[in-house]
Amino acid sequence: MTTEAGTETEVKEKSEESAAQPDQSEKATEENQEVASAENVATEGEEKKEKDKEGKGISRFLPPWLKKQKSQSQVPGKETSPTKEAPRTQEAVAKVTEEEEGPAPAVNGHPEEVEEKEEVKLEQKRESPSKASADTQPAKEEKVEESAEKAPEEAKSTAEGEGAEEEKKEQKGEVEGEGEGETLTSIFQSPLRLVRKAKMKLVVCHVTLLDGTEFPCEVEKRAKGQYLFFKVCEHLNLLEKDYFGLTYKDNHEQRCWLDPTKEIKRQIRSNNWQFAFNVKFYPPDPSLLTEDITRYLLCLQLREDVASGRLPCSFVTHALLGSYTLQAELGDYEPEQPRPLDYISQLTFAPNQNKEMEEKILELYMSHRGMTPAQADSQFLENAKKLSMYGVDLHHAKDSEGVDIMLGVCANGLLVYKDRLRINRFAWPKILKISYKRNNFYIKIRPGEAEQFESTVGFKLPNHRSAKRLWKVCVENHSFFRLNTPEPPTKARFLTLGSKFRYSGRTQTQTRQASSLIDRPAPTFERTSSKRISRSLDGAPVISITEAGRDLASSAENGREPNLELPSDSKTTEVEIEETVVIQEVSKATKPGHVTVTMAPPVTPPVQQEVREQEVKAAEEAVALEEAKAGKQESISSESESEEEAEYHPNVAASISHTQIPEEKEEEIEEEKREEDMKVENSYSTPDAASLPTVASQSAEAAAAEAEESRREEERGKKERAEEEERAEERETEESTEDPMVTPDETPNGHTLSEEGTAALVALAEEEKEPKMNGETSLAEAEPRPQVICCSEPPVVKTEMVTISDTFAAQKTEIATKEVPIVHTETKTITYEAAQLDGSADGEPGVLMTAQTITSESLCTTTTTHITKTLKGGLSETRIEKRIVITGDADIDHDQALAQAIKEAKEQHPDMSVTRVVVHKETELAEEED
Amino acid sequence: MAGLMAGFGNFTHAVVRGIPVSLAKEALRGKESEVDVAKARREHEAYVEVLRMRLGLEVVELPADESLPDCVFVEDAAVVCGDTALITRPGAESRRKETEAMKCALKELDLNIVEMTDETATLDGGDVLFTGREFFVGLSKRTNQRGAEILADAFKDYAVSTVPVLEGLHLKSFCSMGGPGLIVIGSSEPAQKALKTMQQMSDHRYDKLTVPDDLAANCIYMNLPNKGHVLLHCTADEFPESVKVFEKLKDHMLIPVSNMEKVKVDGALTCCSVLINKKANI
Repeated sequence: MTTEAGTETEVKEKSEESAAQPDQSEKATEENQEVASAENVATEGEEKKEKDKEGKGISRFLPPWLKKQKSQSQVPGKETSPTKEAPRTQEAVAKVTEEEEGPAPAVNGHPEEVEEKEEVKLEQKRESPSKASADTQPAKEEKVEESAEKAPEEAKSTAEGEGAEEEKKEQKGEVEGEGEGETLTSIFQSPLRLVRKAKMKLVVCHVTLLDGTEFPCEVEKRAKGQYLFFKVCEHLNLLEKDYFGLTYKDNHEQRCWLDPTKEIKRQIRSNNWQFAFNVKFYPPDPSLLTEDITRYLLCLQLREDVASGRLPCSFVTHALLGSYTLQAELGDYEPEQPRPLDYISQLTFAPNQNKEMEEKILELYMSHRGMTPAQADSQFLENAKKLSMYGVDLHHAKDSEGVDIMLGVCANGLLVYKDRLRINRFAWPKILKISYKRNNFYIKIRPGEAEQFESTVGFKLPNHRSAKRLWKVCVENHSFFRLNTPEPPTKARFLTLGSKFRYSGRTQTQTRQASSLIDRPAPTFERTSSKRISRSLDGAPVISITEAGRDLASSAENGREPNLELPSDSKTTEVEIEETVVIQEVSKATKPGHVTVTMAPPVTPPVQQEVREQEVKAAEEAVALEEAKAGKQESISSESESEEEAEYHPNVAASISHTQIPEEKEEEIEEEKREEDMKVENSYSTPDAASLPTVASQSAEAAAAEAEESRREEERGKKERAEEEERAEERETEESTEDPMVTPDETPNGHTLSEEGTAALVALAEEEKEPKMNGETSLAEAEPRPQVICCSEPPVVKTEMVTISDTFAAQKTEIATKEVPIVHTETKTITYEAAQLDGSADGEPGVLMTAQTITSESLCTTTTTHITKTLKGGLSETRIEKRIVITGDADIDHDQALAQAIKEAKEQHPDMSVTRVVVHKETELAEEED
Repeated sequence: MAGLMAGFGNFTHAVVRGIPVSLAKEALRGKESEVDVAKARREHEAYVEVLRMRLGLEVVELPADESLPDCVFVEDAAVVCGDTALITRPGAESRRKETEAMKCALKELDLNIVEMTDETATLDGGDVLFTGREFFVGLSKRTNQRGAEILADAFKDYAVSTVPVLEGLHLKSFCSMGGPGLIVIGSSEPAQKALKTMQQMSDHRYDKLTVPDDLAANCIYMNLPNKGHVLLHCTADEFPESVKVFEKLKDHMLIPVSNMEKVKVDGALTCCSVLINKKANI
């Protein structure tokens, strides 16, 4: 296993190197091939043996993405490409797209950094050749070819990008270089130098870090925010950066988020190059962060939030948090230490710290003996995250009656406080539109069950700047926590007046995906003492709900650019992730000798979720409106950004909640838009459907992966439609009072096992020179293919509440234990199927609109996510199928793994229901028998 | 491991109070009704017995005070969460003095006492629903915004949301917790409306258990070591239909407790005790 990993990395490095120096891409390719051949030699023996099997069994080795290629090839790239753009036929739009695509792969041209759209393209190109090999060659070689191909590809895209705006490109290139640098120190400097053109005037920025130290950083005077931010992250050795941001104080002493996409100089206005590094998005569950260093930084931020009173907590909680802080910073309590209380009293734990609290802190601290700093940090976070004001960004406002209130923006939505009391809450799904005009801030609320019309709630902010700041924070938080992929900026898009600001960084979903790929030894870092606390830059401490908003974080100016986010090994859009993982999988499969696992019970609790369908009501009067719209778009495509007003239609990513075409008319334009959507979908789905192989499931899904991409684009553009989507979701949420859709679900895991070539499984089987029976055993429980989801449902949203634990237990079934000649493998499959599968059982399969596969892998788990979208008779449905393979030689607590998987699925897609869960367990009993 | 919001429903102590004779005539009530004090006392004794003997709680029994006809309903006098006790300022003038004895008792138990001194604030404990993750405070005839604010200040770790109580005496006159994340709710329209509000205001998802009778929705949930989920609820004599619903809770130890007499003076099950967890206190 280790060997493979090493090789993998090597290959990757090479390709990255080549990326950094496009002109040498040839050489890089050679290198790659060398690597490839080296690998071949290493595993020649294995391969020979495998070859026999491959004739019939190759498909088992092939992870879904390979299959995808196959089917993808049936959808000619050219066709897909226009489709992608189709929704935005206007010239202006097309232009923007080009702009976005062009520079992205620039100089460095790491494919991972490329924007999504570009990604799709690249993938297409890349895949057609490799697909050929997929059919004829062992998987292993496939892998190599894959990576080898990258280089030319990159070179190509570089060339393409050349034409685009030079400056933009340069900027991106620089920053990308930074990103790389973190993992590939040998390279990271060179791109920077290469890219930098004329030397510009340098300025020193002073960035106050979370531990209170100051980091001076030289930047070009015209550098953008992201450059500085990446410099800081690099200094901190931080990979999971998406939760963080830089702030500065504006002329009005307000803390603002530094917009990564804009020049620093233009934002700070005054010539004060002072910044602070802060947490921008507080992760709702810090235990899901990948690295301790990220958690540590979050702890530092929270310690300050707590000590300053921004994050209010009770006496006991202050004491508890303080005690974990001490444990993390000092290690075990030393009884010999003289007068520990004196020391403690020098530290700041709480706004109203007193002797009693310090004694309590000490008492608790003594009880933490044996806890490592990382554990102490985790405990700290586990407690802090439960505080009601955790991650809530407060803004002063007045309600319509002029009463002072506070608006709190957080992961779940917008909270309204009066004094310390929560008086209202608008969850993101409830909000149709967020806008501001001068100093007014508005949210348009989805109608409740009983109501017919949307309502708009208005709040008065102190001035237009604060209104805009609040608006931006909302846009960003909504995007980060609610979307799967950020919505592109609204340039030249439909109906945008005023600010076109959008969050452009990675969303939480993306950043989690990315960080699950982080593959570096835990970086060492030093925990500094709390003594320092009290940072010069963090002026106004106050802040209780009643008094002041957190002045940090109060004004996010902007998001980051997506292509910058990506640290070399964790980066990647989904497609890229998939590839990476697949490569590993394949090599595993063919290098059985190195697999050290002796016992491998892979657990596969795939969770398939489905979203309700809604009746489509296509609009009729399209043409005239379309024209009107086109006209409109042009008129508003100017770049200028109004300070005075802007609006944002929250939009939910396709794969979270899929899309119903709206049923009610609102404005003409919206109507028309929908119409357009419809068309697009239809035209799209036709070819796809045609190419739909009979064995639908994987291939179909995969086939449409890129379609998915473009679909999303398209959807994103369609705000109105998204609104409708949301409305639908909300309806369902409202209908069932509880978490509506915990319905464990089906997934062809058992079966897919064999087809998808569950890496671990296959590898194991191979190792033992075993025919892979394992895969098949589970087939016993065949289930309907995921995409055969006919959305024959009426517009009514159906929800069902099932308490997983109960139902699951009740429905547990065990399936055969199979014996296999040499190795004894115990196979156990547990399936739970929700009763509500009505839609999927009957009738013809819907038309597959899009499908997508995302795979991520960490130490011993592989998660594969298939997202399928089908359209049938105007109803559309999204299914997400997750399979998680846990490989390990230790006993795995299946129930826990399952529970965890379900929980995660629920969390990630709160609006979908779990319809089926299959647990497949394989245990080798080999040791004794031999 | 001690931690924020650990051990919901885990209690070690209960504070209760005797029934004064004056209850029969002077205790406040929504509807005219005759109360049999002797019967009420028997009922209350049975209630205390359940807490003490059956559930093994340490019960602190305060003596009845004839000048305080409603004093048996101790819940309204204090809100205890973790190691903090908020001594309330009851909405009914005649009940304000009930808090004195309660304060002393809770001090004895070594809780951090927070008092509601603001003369504009009123709060009855019966309007306070603690779900384990947050507070809902009913704004009712007895509880006002200011009272809720002071509660929010006393329990800073938790979100405190306000819920208008349009009908009935208290918020908990038609709802209560039936388990972690499980709200037992009456089926009347005001009850359902209040539930909607709570769900909208909350970041957490709650399951609901709807019972036909609003009054039956007031029950006492505990999670006790060795006993697991325990639910004290109404008897089948009082609310047969609602009891059927409770009986669906398979994981709970169900203990029907009669409340025929006290209910005549608007006393529900939760009203008659203040539950405390001494061990959870760090």
